[in-house]
Amino acid sequence: MTARTRMPLGQEAIATKGWLGAHKYLLLRRTSQLCFLMLFLLGPWFGIWIVQGTLAGSLTLGVLPLTDPFVFLQSLIAGHWPELTAAIGAAIVLVTYALIGGRVYCSWVCPINPVTDGAHWLHRKLGLQKGWQPKRGTRLWIMATVLIVSGLTGAIAWELVNPITMLHRGLVFGMGFVWAMVAAIFLFDLFVSRHGWCGHICPVGAFYGLVGSKALLRVSAASRSACDDCMDCYAVCPENHVISPALKGKGDDTPLILSPDCSNCGRCIDICAEDVFKFTHRFDALSVAPSEPTAAPQSRASRPF
Amino acid sequence: MSRVGTPLSPQRRRFLQDSARAAGGCVAAGSVLAWLARDARALPAEALRPPGALLENDFLSACIRCGLCVRECPYDTLKLAELGVDAVATGTPYFTARDVPCEMCDDIPCVAACPTGALDPGLDNIDDAKMGVAVLVDQENCLNFLGLRCDVCYRVCPVIDEAITLEVEHNARSGHHAIFIPTVHADHCTGCGMCEKSCVLPEAAIKVLPARLARGSSADHYRKGWEEKEAKGSPLVEGIIDLPDRLPGPGTDNLVAPGGFEPSFQLPEVTQ
Repeated sequence: MTARTRMPLGQEAIATKGWLGAHKYLLLRRTSQLCFLMLFLLGPWFGIWIVQGTLAGSLTLGVLPLTDPFVFLQSLIAGHWPELTAAIGAAIVLVTYALIGGRVYCSWVCPINPVTDGAHWLHRKLGLQKGWQPKRGTRLWIMATVLIVSGLTGAIAWELVNPITMLHRGLVFGMGFVWAMVAAIFLFDLFVSRHGWCGHICPVGAFYGLVGSKALLRVSAASRSACDDCMDCYAVCPENHVISPALKGKGDDTPLILSPDCSNCGRCIDICAEDVFKFTHRFDALSVAPSEPTAAPQSRASRPF
Repeated sequence: MSRVGTPLSPQRRRFLQDSARAAGGCVAAGSVLAWLARDARALPAEALRPPGALLENDFLSACIRCGLCVRECPYDTLKLAELGVDAVATGTPYFTARDVPCEMCDDIPCVAACPTGALDPGLDNIDDAKMGVAVLVDQENCLNFLGLRCDVCYRVCPVIDEAITLEVEHNARSGHHAIFIPTVHADHCTGCGMCEKSCVLPEAAIKVLPARLARGSSADHYRKGWEEKEAKGSPLVEGIIDLPDRLPGPGTDNLVAPGGFEPSFQLPEVTQ
C-alpha cells in the first residue's frame, strides 16, 4: 500500500467539492430508494393509494401495471401464460431498464441495496479482508439454474428465496422472519464475501445486467487524462472491474463504462476530486476527451495533504 | 493412440475444472431450490386460496405474490403468507375461514385485480367459486346432531338451501323428536367459510377443507342402474323377471309389522 491509497477515502473530494458535492449521487440514490419504498408504503401506512402491490407486481393510480420481468420470465418457463396485464407491465419495465441501464434497478430502486451498501461501509471501516470472491460469471450460472428449476418444478423458483421481493413485501404487508434473511445477507457481505450478494450471487441483478447491456445511460471517464491514480473510485465502486477499461484506456479506447455490470450508481462521480467521471449517453463521441495534450496532473503523493 | 506425453494444456484443464465447479455448484443450489419449490406446495388444510385460484401446482407457477388481490379485498379476508409465520408458500394469498371468511362479493374484486391469471378471470359468477368444500366433521358435538335447533351454519350460508340443507331424521334418543341434519351439497358449496366462521362451538364442528381432502370420487366405470334404467325407459336386460319386493307390513314374515306371519322355515336352534 502506497502513501496515496492510505489517505482516508473521499477526503480529497470533500475538500474540493464540499461534503454535499462529494455525496450528491449517493444522496440522490438514497432519496430515490426511499421514494420508491414510500410510494408503496403511503397506502398501507397513511391510506394514500398511489401505488398498490409490491415490486413483483404493482398498479399505479389504478391504471399503470408494472411487473418484475424476471418473475414474469420464470412464470413463463414454469408453464403459465400470464394475462395481458402482467405482460404489459413486464414490457414497460423491460423497455425502461433496457434504455436507462438494467442495473439502475439495483442501485436506485432495490431495497436490498442499502443493506449491502451498509455492509460494505462497515467492511471498509473494520478493514476486513475481501474474503470469498466467486467468479464473475457465478450470478449468470445461478440465473440459469433458477430458470431451469422453474421449468422443472413448475413454480416461480426464485420467489421462494428472493430477499428483494421478500423485504419489500415484508415492509408493505408484514415482515415475518424476513429480517433474519436480511441480516443473513448483511453478515454474508460483511464477513464472508465483500460485495458478495449484489456483486456475485443475485440472479435478479444478473438478469437486469443482461437487460441493460445496450442501455443508453452510461458513466464515462470523460476526463480520464486528469486522473491522478488516487484509486478512490476503485474503493467505492461495487463492481470495480468495470472502471479500468474506461479509465485506463488509451487513445481511441472508449472512455464509456460499457460493462453491463455497472449499476450507474454514480459513486465514482462523487468520489473523484478531479471530476473524471460524468453521466452521459452511450453515443457521446465528445466524451473521447483530448487526452494527449493536457498537462499531467501533479502526482498526488507530492501534494500537501 | 497413446496419450502418454500429451498432457492437457493448462488452459483446457482450468476451463474443465471451472466448468465442473460451476456445474456442481448449480446442481447443489438448484436441488435446494427445487426442494423448496416442492415444499412450498404443502398447503395447510385450513389455508384456503382466493376465489378462482388455479390448482395449487398451477397457482405457484402463476402467482407473482404481488398482493393486489389482498388490497382489493374489501373485508380484509385475504392475507399474504409471511415467511416463517404462516405455513403457506411465502408471499402467496390465502385466508382462514374461522378468522375471516370470504364474503363472496358479486364483482369478485380479487379476481379482477390479479394481473397474471393466477386467479382465473374466467370466474364471472361467485357462486361458481370452489375455494373448498364444507364438511360437518364432528357429528358428536354438532348441536343439530344432538337434536337441538342450532341451524346457524345453515342460516348463514350464502347459498342457503342449495349448499347446505337441513335433512330431517327421527331422533331415536327422545323417541318423538326430529334431528335436523345440516347436509352440505358439494356441487353448490363455494367454500366461502361462513358456516365454519359462524359455528357456535369453541372449535367449529363444520369446517371448509380443500376439495382434495373433503371429497372422494366415483370411479369412471360405475353406472347407477336406476339412472340407466330411467334413461332407457325399460329394464336394462330384456325379459328379466321382476320379482315382488318384500316390504314390511301385512302379509309378510316381518313379525314386527301388524299382520305379519311366522316364516315357513326356522333356523335350527343353536345349543351351547
